[in-house]
Amino acid sequence: MKRSRPELNTGSMADISFLLLTFFLLTSSIDTDLGILRRLPPPPDPTQEQADIKKRNIFTVLVNKNDDLLVQGRPMDISMLKAAAKEFIANPYNSPDLPEKKSEYIPGLGEVEISKGVISLKNDRGTSYKMYLKVQNELTAAFNELRDELSVQRFGVKFSQLSNQEYIDAIQKAIPMSISEAEPENVGGK
Amino acid sequence: MPRFKKSEKRATPGINTGSMSDIIFMFLFFFMVITTIRESSLIVRVKVPQATEVAKLERKSLVSFIYVGQPTDSRYGTESRIQLNNQFATVADIREFITREREARDEVDRPLLTTSLKVDEETRMGIVTDIKQELRQVGAFKINYSARKAVASK
Repeated sequence: MKRSRPELNTGSMADISFLLLTFFLLTSSIDTDLGILRRLPPPPDPTQEQADIKKRNIFTVLVNKNDDLLVQGRPMDISMLKAAAKEFIANPYNSPDLPEKKSEYIPGLGEVEISKGVISLKNDRGTSYKMYLKVQNELTAAFNELRDELSVQRFGVKFSQLSNQEYIDAIQKAIPMSISEAEPENVGGK
Repeated sequence: MPRFKKSEKRATPGINTGSMSDIIFMFLFFFMVITTIRESSLIVRVKVPQATEVAKLERKSLVSFIYVGQPTDSRYGTESRIQLNNQFATVADIREFITREREARDEVDRPLLTTSLKVDEETRMGIVTDIKQELRQVGAFKINYSARKAVASK
């Protein structure tokens, strides 16, 4: 007579692994962190004198505690900010009120006119973070669109789809993301 | 008399469940690889604002988080507070926090360390400005304003 060998019962194995699976699903998160990347300037050097920037090269954006915008001394709606910033940086008609350009040779692009324009952003302590990020977003969008335009014109693809690091560096050099944030001042308390 | 004799017992064949565990284990490993373990439980309410120009954060291991928002427990008031690791903190604690984060990383990676600010959209800029000033003093220049991806309208 054949002796039957006892078999290992693996039926509950699936239950155990299901339990592990649910445990990991609960304790972990898949959220990829998205955001707007920025580089903070080093702390101000008291011995160094303020560099003189011509008035035509500065694009001032002020946000007050009621989340209102004041752009170049005039109130503006947030929806107009991107177009205004783009026009300022690009200065398409070489208007004397808009920033100067300097010609520079960039490998991969050749002779390019780089705008000397700087966007100066200043906010109140009472500004809401939501509004602040909206403004940052619009300004970033302005630069990204300009880069896209240049990239399409030169390389035929959008800036975000460029894969050649050399081209990416060239475009970044041709259109630097020049957003400067003013040193915080305490105006009128909280 | 029937021509075909029916068998006495008609046993339904059982489904073989032996490979079920293998499949689930595969799932398990898949999830373990693509997810990250939640490091801190939030004690402040953070609903990050929407933005369209968001970029993905590279190298998750090189990111340290600062949370700012209203405490979830109303006993701690409704004023926005900073959360570092698992506890409330003040702006003065950021220096120590960043130093510790730096020491935990490889020396090569230290300059690449990014600070991600997860700030609630209702927060006022005052506290955020203070944090930014402190980060500048410490030398943690790379920051990321955490945001949700918004679908571009218009």
